[in-house]
Amino acid sequence: MATETLAEGVAHGGAALSSCLGANGSAIGMPQLCVDWMPNQIFWLLVALTAIYFFLSRIGLPRIGAVLAERQGTITNDLAAAEEMKLQAVAAEQAYVAALAQARADANRIVAEAKAEIQKDLDAALAKADAEISAKSAESEGRIAEIRAGAMDAVAQVAKDTAQELVLALGGSRDARAVTAAVSARLKG
Amino acid sequence: MATEAEGTGLVFHPMDQFIVKPLFGEGPVMWYTPTNATLWMLIAVLCVVALFVLGTRGRAVIPSRLQSVAEVFYGFIYKMVEDVTGHDGVKYFPWIMTLFLFIFFSNMLALIPMSFSPTSQIAVTAVLGFGVFFAVTIIGFVKNGTHFLGLFWMKDAPLFLRPIIAVIEVISYFVRPVSHSIRLAGNITAGHAVLKVFAAFAGIALIAPASILAITAIYALEVLVAVIQAYVFTILTCVYLKDALHPAH
Repeated sequence: MATETLAEGVAHGGAALSSCLGANGSAIGMPQLCVDWMPNQIFWLLVALTAIYFFLSRIGLPRIGAVLAERQGTITNDLAAAEEMKLQAVAAEQAYVAALAQARADANRIVAEAKAEIQKDLDAALAKADAEISAKSAESEGRIAEIRAGAMDAVAQVAKDTAQELVLALGGSRDARAVTAAVSARLKG
Repeated sequence: MATEAEGTGLVFHPMDQFIVKPLFGEGPVMWYTPTNATLWMLIAVLCVVALFVLGTRGRAVIPSRLQSVAEVFYGFIYKMVEDVTGHDGVKYFPWIMTLFLFIFFSNMLALIPMSFSPTSQIAVTAVLGFGVFFAVTIIGFVKNGTHFLGLFWMKDAPLFLRPIIAVIEVISYFVRPVSHSIRLAGNITAGHAVLKVFAAFAGIALIAPASILAITAIYALEVLVAVIQAYVFTILTCVYLKDALHPAH
């Protein structure tokens, strides 16, 4: 079968096709070295290379180059934007810290002011209260002295009266003067 | 007519995969004939177009999967050109990208079973290699004039050694395109031939498992080779370009 087709090929002029083909249609030596086939390959190689070159230089490479450049641009832009945002964040943080410090200082100042105000009021109130207290106590002392004096007088009177009655009851005279003198002397005593 | 090996069942023609044949009908391969080489080069071109058109359809800032693949190719080669040749080499970036993508996709597509590998053909890689060689030499002379010859004249070597080194440098300079092209074709050819040999062994039941395992392993290696050879060809191109732009050592 195989022999037949091979024979047929040869019958069709296989040997005549190329000096590089054997009688049975297979290569004699290396087909690569067959000079008959070289012009054909060289011609088609040049066609293929030219096609690839024109395709690449007109369409293929500019496209990829554009895509890569665009990507590079996008990345660069994004990085720049990120950098800017980072700066903004840092600035915001600084502003926040400054505001916080300011607020804290304000709060301290207000507290101190309030404290001073309160202290002033307190001092005034204390002074007033002290004055009132001292006035009241002076008054009270006056009253106490008065009462005490009244009480002493009353005590002396009571003592005289009692002494007179006692003297009378014991059968003495009713010499009021003497009794009074005696009582006064005793009271002083 | 049939070879005597035909009878034994163990026939392999590991080199037959490199035969150039017309796509339509039979006949001699003229220079303009659409052949299997044409087809697979065209598929490579279409892959490049698909990657860069479909991938970047959205032109998205956040890339889709395909777009990020296209971007990885772009970024990788761009950085290579910039790192190796410096800033003034960047304007040759589309050329180097063309070379890389053509070789990369040809190598990768060649790994599809029954496909054809243009980069295994010395005619193809020689055009690439000598193309780079002539381009770089012309750029060198246009940019630097006769200073370009300073590439061969080591100023920091002892004076009596300089002529000897110059001879060696000139020889190595002219060997560059040869090694540049044979390296690529050789790697791809060897890998694919080995795959074919193991594939032929897979026809024998006794050793088929081992053979299939070996095919798997070599296929993995070939994927690596496909990428690495594309990379190597490109970076060497960059190095040669750097020599042309900055010939002083």
